[in-house]
Amino acid sequence: MDVFPYLVAGWVFLVGCYGLATSRNLIHAVGCLSVCQAGTYVLLLTVGYRDGATAPVFSDLKPGSRPVVDPVVQALTLTDVVVGATVTALLLALVVQISKRHGTVDPDELSELRG
Amino acid sequence: MSRRVRLWLLAVGGAGLATLFVAAALDLPAFGGDRHPYGDRAVHASLARHTANVIASVNFDQRAFDTLGEMTILFAAVVGCVILLRQTRDEHRGRPAPETVARPVRRHALLLLPVALLTGLYVIAHGQLSPGGGFQGGVVAATSLHLLYLGADYRALERVRPVGLYETGDAIATSAYVVTGLAGLIGGTAFLANTVLPYGTFNTLSSGGTVPLLNAAVGMEVACAVVVLLARFLDQAVEIEEGNGK
Repeated sequence: MDVFPYLVAGWVFLVGCYGLATSRNLIHAVGCLSVCQAGTYVLLLTVGYRDGATAPVFSDLKPGSRPVVDPVVQALTLTDVVVGATVTALLLALVVQISKRHGTVDPDELSELRG
Repeated sequence: MSRRVRLWLLAVGGAGLATLFVAAALDLPAFGGDRHPYGDRAVHASLARHTANVIASVNFDQRAFDTLGEMTILFAAVVGCVILLRQTRDEHRGRPAPETVARPVRRHALLLLPVALLTGLYVIAHGQLSPGGGFQGGVVAATSLHLLYLGADYRALERVRPVGLYETGDAIATSAYVVTGLAGLIGGTAFLANTVLPYGTFNTLSSGGTVPLLNAAVGMEVACAVVVLLARFLDQAVEIEEGNGK
């Protein structure tokens, strides 16, 4: 049971990869990339978890009175959530342009070059 | 590459990755264990610098240079979106007709707008004390403006949202982060080192040295970035029409 949370992270990542490879719609592919990213969040938070611990915020907690979860991985996850959202927006903007120029969002139909 | 070959390749690669990952996970420290050397040191450093929220301390003090990199990615992504979603030569702008909004929706949106905006600013301001900070508060503040789009209509939203101003704000906030970092150099230490300002009293708004300043810069950048992004996508959906009647 101890490795189960780690395995969930790997599973979420692989499901995202499967979606990326089999996708027939670029918007769907961008969504799958976000799923892959979510897998890494699960892994990070799993690494930082500690039994019986609370959030690493000491505004109403006496330092040393309780164990806290690992703040380093939480900080990594937090920054990446916002950065990931804007990068997703950039990819979706690319999809909008592709759809305008080529009239399709199916990656299999985008094989030929056009000037 | 045909679909069949691609699927086979994916199956082989995925199986390989899964095997390696499981092998690695079996060797990791047990889930929920008590050994977190980096976490313990981060908590210690954060308390030494009077920052109650250890995550804010990690982001804006111990790993401030890393956050500068992430801000740059965020800024670059927004610039990319603005360029990709601009109006091209064969498109023209239509005036969107006002839609009727159901009464309860309008009432709740307009009531909640100031509350949501204040909550966003509160979360940014208390980033070094309580859960939250520039990243989360910025998103809340930016989305609160868009309640106006739900409650009234697109033109009302455009009036409170001069996009050019928010684009400038985005750039200013990014620069403010770098300038705060340079202050460390002028003060005789390292770039982004938290030694310029006094650490203040623990658990008050002014505690943490430069953490609240960097936090505010990030809050402003994220808020402006989200407003600009949503504005560009809404433009595409509501205003811009293609020239050849598609």
